[in-house]
Amino acid sequence: MVDVADTMPVADAGHTKRVSFSEKWAWLPVLVIAVCLPFLVSDYRLFQGTLTLNYALVLFGLTILTGYSGQISLGHGAFYALGAYITAILITRFDVPYWATLPVSAVVCLAVGFVFGRPALRLEGHYLALATFALAVATPQFLKHKVLQPYTGGVGGILFTKPEAPFDLPISADAWIYWFTLFVTAILFVIGRNLLKGRIGRALLAIRDHPTAARAMGVDSAFFKSMAFAVSALFAGVAGSLGAISVQFVAPDSFYPLLSIMFLVGAVIGGLHSWWGPLFGAMFLQFIPNITDDMSKSASWAIYGVLMILSVFLMRDGIAGAINRLWGVLRRIAGARA
Amino acid sequence: MNRKMTVLTVALSLAFAGQALAQKKYPPGITDTEIKVGQTSPLSGPASAYGTIPKVQMAYFKMLNEQGGINGRKINLIALDDAYSPPKTVEQVRRLVEKDQVAFIFNILGTAPNISVRKYLNSKKIPQLFTAAGASTFGNYKEYPWTIVLQPSYKDEARIYVEYLKKNKPDAKVALFTGNDDAGKDYVDGIKEAMGPELAKKMIVAEATFESTDPTVDSQVISLQASGADTLFVHAVSKWASMTIRKVYDIGWKPLFILSATGTSVSGVLAPAGLEKAKGIITAYYLKDPNDPQWANDQGYKDWLAFMKKYYPEGSTGDQLNVYGYTMAQALVQTLKQCGDDLSRENIMKQAANLDIALPMLLPGIKIKTGPTDYYGVQAQRMMRFNGQTWELFGDIIGEN
Repeated sequence: MVDVADTMPVADAGHTKRVSFSEKWAWLPVLVIAVCLPFLVSDYRLFQGTLTLNYALVLFGLTILTGYSGQISLGHGAFYALGAYITAILITRFDVPYWATLPVSAVVCLAVGFVFGRPALRLEGHYLALATFALAVATPQFLKHKVLQPYTGGVGGILFTKPEAPFDLPISADAWIYWFTLFVTAILFVIGRNLLKGRIGRALLAIRDHPTAARAMGVDSAFFKSMAFAVSALFAGVAGSLGAISVQFVAPDSFYPLLSIMFLVGAVIGGLHSWWGPLFGAMFLQFIPNITDDMSKSASWAIYGVLMILSVFLMRDGIAGAINRLWGVLRRIAGARA
Repeated sequence: MNRKMTVLTVALSLAFAGQALAQKKYPPGITDTEIKVGQTSPLSGPASAYGTIPKVQMAYFKMLNEQGGINGRKINLIALDDAYSPPKTVEQVRRLVEKDQVAFIFNILGTAPNISVRKYLNSKKIPQLFTAAGASTFGNYKEYPWTIVLQPSYKDEARIYVEYLKKNKPDAKVALFTGNDDAGKDYVDGIKEAMGPELAKKMIVAEATFESTDPTVDSQVISLQASGADTLFVHAVSKWASMTIRKVYDIGWKPLFILSATGTSVSGVLAPAGLEKAKGIITAYYLKDPNDPQWANDQGYKDWLAFMKKYYPEGSTGDQLNVYGYTMAQALVQTLKQCGDDLSRENIMKQAANLDIALPMLLPGIKIKTGPTDYYGVQAQRMMRFNGQTWELFGDIIGEN
């Protein structure tokens, strides 16, 4: 069974028949390794793994929005911040257990995303990008505002205690948070993938590639587009909550405007047209700055830029697309030998 | 095969155990030849101007290491980029502690970055020395015995101005003009706290702010003058400080002009405004300004300049941050010297809270003084008045040394 979303959802016919590498089985070893990670690496690496999963969730949201519905957002850092602050405030002010804050931030971000997405629909392409970027730029100032200061803690932010493993399990707090994050990420990935594979994904692709035809087929374009925005905001919000739990600290400086742009960079580099591209994009965001910083103190961003340009030039559909293509080549070689 | 493996494993583990026993026992990050120190700062991103601090400090430690280090140990400063983003600070500090195994953390830049790792470092009992932040939350030795600060906070500085006013101009009508940012808020809060609610109500007659995107500050200055204030406090940096000085002069307003230490660079702020127009401005500070000609023949300044030229030639000799980084590095060296051969984290912390030194680039009379119940290093400052050419120190040291 090969339906539309199983393939690379790219408009030109040349791509539509190719079965993606990820399908059927490739996710299994990835998941097994991910689950076993706490037995293999140090707590510090686990912490990095947790951050990577957080990023992957945001990028998944952006993939839904940008890859499938064709809208560009430069403001997802704002939803990431919203989720983080909801979690931090609920934990410190209302003594809500950390896990119970996730549904709250999911619902709030979904609602805010929908409310923001609805009028923003009138803005196409660049204009939507600018409108959302305004959101990202305003976020740090907003968080420092006098009226909100009693809740947000102003510049100093909110600090809270790291959740320990429950039931006195003999594992470190880092391992527990990692597993918790992995669990939530896996669930959201499955939900997101099913959305994209099904009716909704097809509707979004149709709207993106041929809005008039989609309308003629009875697709409610306004609703689907703002829903895509809302769902991607939900992903960013939950990621923000998980990020706050693992870092145990939120502050306006954590959500600098550039963060939103970095999210879009990660989504593009990971691969906008596949549901597992976000994982690679997240690794890029998490690890490449560290590597370039180790390479050169003064020119780390120049190296980063070069890597970014190279990957965009050499991998048109992101890392996920490149792997797909490589897989195709390997299969052809194997097929020729057989 | 299996037995071979077992034998091999046993042999290997014995070999390693023997090696470990042969070495002297040192805490993490310390060997006979090295002291490993960790730091994060914004080497990239919008705040990367502060990236000069780790660079000047690395240069300083290079000089020190060439001269033999401290008791034969070289200082190895590992400075990582956190782009001023707290989650990145947490990640990098965990790397420094857990992977690189540094002995302690030194001079992290920024309020939020320092707060983000304070709990972690204190729970692991790792010294967080000399936080590079202007907020007043650091130095709380009761709650965070492993975190200590040397530089005075913005609020400390604000308190000094208030003390000066109380003494010399008790009936002042004060106008506050600050940047709409974190530092500006700290100054305003500090002034109001030092005055107390009643005095603040009586003294402060006008307040205005500017955004870093404002092209001019003319309208704010004019409306502040219209308030009838006879004393003007300004917190600003670079061009906003210059513009304010010029406008105040041009409209013929002659208030008692107090300028925060952030905007006192002679070549960077006062010269562009016009030295003549800056005459009479007062401020308070604790470091020697490298742009101020009065230090040209000062031994401390000459040593600093020679060091800059030889070890950090690409750094600006007009940048006060390079004086700051140099002074903090010297304070660290003093701390480590006091430790002698006992470089346990406990002793490093104990010595960091046992300083009483006057460093060459501190203003004459200012000392770094800490104790087990005093985690604020520099609390005193000196008032200075601009005479059209240089900052002239006047009056006694304000605040406790």
